[in-house]
This record gives sequence, C-alpha cells and structure tokens, in this order.
Amino acid sequence: MSTKIVITGIGATTPLGGDARSTWQALLAGESGISTLEQEWIARYEIPVTFAGQAKVKATDVLTPQEAKRLDPSSQFALIAAREAWADAGSPDVEPERLAVEFATGIGGVWTLLDAYDTLKEKGPRRVMPMTVPMLMPNGPAAAIGMEISARGGVRTAVSACASSTEAIANALNRLLTGEVDIVVAGGSEAAIHPMPIAAFASMHALSKRNDDPTKASRPYDVDRDGFVMGEGGGALVIETEAHAKARGAKIYAELVGGAVTSDAYHITAPDPEGSAAARAMLQALEQAGASIEDVVHINAHATSTPVGDIAEYNALRRVFGDHLDNIAVSATKASTGHLLGGAGAIEAMFTVLALHNRLAPPTINLENQDPEIKLDVVTSPRELPAGDILAISNSFGFGGHNAVVAFRSYN
Amino acid sequence: MALSQNEVLAGLAEIVNEETGIATEAVQLEKSFTDDLDIDSISMMTIVVNAEDKFGVKIPDEEVKNLITVGDAVNFIVAAQ
Repeated sequence: MSTKIVITGIGATTPLGGDARSTWQALLAGESGISTLEQEWIARYEIPVTFAGQAKVKATDVLTPQEAKRLDPSSQFALIAAREAWADAGSPDVEPERLAVEFATGIGGVWTLLDAYDTLKEKGPRRVMPMTVPMLMPNGPAAAIGMEISARGGVRTAVSACASSTEAIANALNRLLTGEVDIVVAGGSEAAIHPMPIAAFASMHALSKRNDDPTKASRPYDVDRDGFVMGEGGGALVIETEAHAKARGAKIYAELVGGAVTSDAYHITAPDPEGSAAARAMLQALEQAGASIEDVVHINAHATSTPVGDIAEYNALRRVFGDHLDNIAVSATKASTGHLLGGAGAIEAMFTVLALHNRLAPPTINLENQDPEIKLDVVTSPRELPAGDILAISNSFGFGGHNAVVAFRSYN
Repeated sequence: MALSQNEVLAGLAEIVNEETGIATEAVQLEKSFTDDLDIDSISMMTIVVNAEDKFGVKIPDEEVKNLITVGDAVNFIVAAQ
C-alpha cells in the first residue's frame, strides 16, 4: 500500500477575502474582487490599465507594525495565509527536522526592490536599508514562514512564473512521498500591483483594458475576453502523510494524489497552441494518482482570460480527456479573483480541495457569450459534485513554458 | 541649534521604537543595544542610518561597533552635531 498524502489545513488572503472561509464564500456568491485602483501613481505615470484585484484586507491591518516593516508585501501575504493554514491544521506539535516549507512566488519582492532603487537614486547608497536584501529575495516569503513555524526540514521556493505555486505543491508531494519529511506548508503569494509590473504586462498586451468596467474584465472563455487582470494575495496548504495526520487526529479535507511539471520549449511567453506538454502534465498527474481520465469530475482551469491562453488550455484539455471532457465541471475562478501570478496555483488548489470537500464546484462569473471554439461545460453557478470517490485537477501555466498540474481525490 | 542629550535620547528612542517595537521608555542611556534591548546587527544599522538622517550627523561604520549602550550613541550624536 503506497503512502497517502492529505490536506489538513488551508489559509488564504485574496481579493475576495482576508481568509480562506470568506474567500470561498465570496467565490460561491459570485462576487468579483476586482476594482479601480485609486493610487496616485496611476495618474502620475499614466498607467494604461487602471484596475486590479487588490487584497480585500490589507496585510498591514493584520500584522504588527514591526512584522510589516521587515517583510515585503509578498511575504506579508505569505505569512498571513500560512498562519491561518497552520492554525486550521491545529497548530501541530511536530519535529522541526520533519517539517518543510515549499512556498512560491512569481516575481518576489518587487516593491522592496524598486523602492530601494528609488531611494538609491534620490538619497544615495547610505539610505538603502540593510533589510533590503532579505526583503526582496524571492525566497523571502518561504523563509518568513519557515521562521514562523520552525521548519528545519528544508525551505524552498519554486519560481516558474504563474505556474510557481502549483509547482510548489507538486514539490511538497514529492518530498512527502520520499519520506524525507512528514508535513509541509506549501503554497505561494504575489504582491505586484505596482506601476512597473502593470506597465510591463500592459506593454505585452497581456492585461485586459476594460478600465470602465473592472468587475467584468476578467472573463475566461467569453468571446469578449481581452486579457488577464492582475491580482494579489497568497494561499497556503498544510500537507502531510495520512499516517502523520491520523496519529495526531487531524481533520482531513482531501487527498493530494498527483503532481506533475512539464515544459513547452516552444516560446518564452506564448503557450504551445497544441498544448502537448500541458497535456502531458495532466496525464502524468493522473498516472501518479493511479486514476483514469473518467475519474475526473472537476477541473479548476488556469483560464486567465487571455484570447490565446484560454484556447491553448482547451486544446490541451481536449487532448487529454477526449469526449469525457464534456462530463467535467470546469471552473475558471480567476474571473472572480484576478490572476495572482505566483499565488494563483495556491488559491486555486485550495478551491479545488474545498470543491471536493464540500462536493461543490465554484462558479465562473462574467461568462456571457461562451467562445464557440471552447466547448467546455463551464460552471456558472455553484454546482453539486457527485457522491463517491471523485477526482479533480488544478492547472497552472507560466511564461517560460512552465506547466504544472496537481490532482486531488475526495477523502472519506 | 544643537539638541540636548535628553532631546537626542527622545529622538533615538522613537527611531528604536519604530524599528523594533520596543517601548520608548525602555530605551534608556545605560541600556545595551544587544544585551538589554536584543537589537540585531541589521536593526542596528537601520537605526544608525535613520539617526544620521534625523540628526544630520555622520556615524561611520567603524564607529558603530563602539556604540554599546544607548548612552554611547546619544553622546556620539550630541558631540557630532
């Protein structure tokens, strides 16, 4: 009998809510976390995109002033999500050497990096603060969590753009399956609602320009989709061996049964239109799960609301699932949250876990005219999932041709 | 106009409080930055840079290791004004 790996804690801070529960409730209610940016720098720099999914609860309202001062916003979100997940798992008393962190980011401490550069230019090198380096490094969020929970089994950061935090969860699965550790806090965060990244994403025409109607801008699979909407926040899962979870009497949300990473080697930003490497990631995750394609009842798609990305993922899905795809309830939750980049996979894995746990697939808002080329059964209002042993996957793809997929099974 | 020892102490206590959360009343002349206030080297450098800015003085890096107590720092700043 192979080792089972289970999810025992969840935490998040997102554009929909300051914790996992409020985020999930808002998602089920069909809310949008997207709003107009009121920051003065929008006008100052004439930023062409004037909206995003800002964290519903400010991190600085949750953390102490000293914590906030020493952490880049990406690490602030990470710490908030991880604390919630750890508490949700019962704040387990574990051997530090058997506890690891796999926490991702796409960009890292971009606020710290650019603020420090402004300080250098305006005030000189002496005024560049000594905490700048630990605050800007991409492993900062993972390190902050590791310090918080005394993880001595290894603290790592996957960096693969928008696939980062799904890759982190796949890495966690592998570390648990090898027996190196008993328990891992995994996930990812991002805090890049800053004029420079917005300008850069806008410059590559990746972002929606629906400035006059921000809550309708993120619209995966809709014929009028025109790009993704940036979001910020973080998500964390506590993942452990079933034996470890049972020994301490933990509640179990779902089983993590597969995780796979592949790469396109096709184009630095465009997805392979055939989706063959993306398809292979899905198949590998299912193979690791010992599952067949017919076992899958729900997919949390990557679906960022870009014209080409949504089609490419659809092609990959059709390649994997064939006719069975018509029987699968597909949710594209970025419609509500926006795209959390390196944090996206973490909150979407959490949504997938909650969908299995509650037997309820979350809705995809803003789907008014489904693209006729995308023949998916898209969930537009919360939909009950079947009883029995069911499987769901969560996809994430990133610039660089990164494909990451995780598979979860309902747990009884 | 040069600030008095008490005025520098009050200003430094604010900087320490902002960086570390230590209450301003706890920042007293005889307190050691490391042994009593538990301030690490990174926080110490941040405090030094903020103090330079606030009091308009230069505190050379080689001088920082001699600033053992809060009083050492206050006296250095008073003299350097």
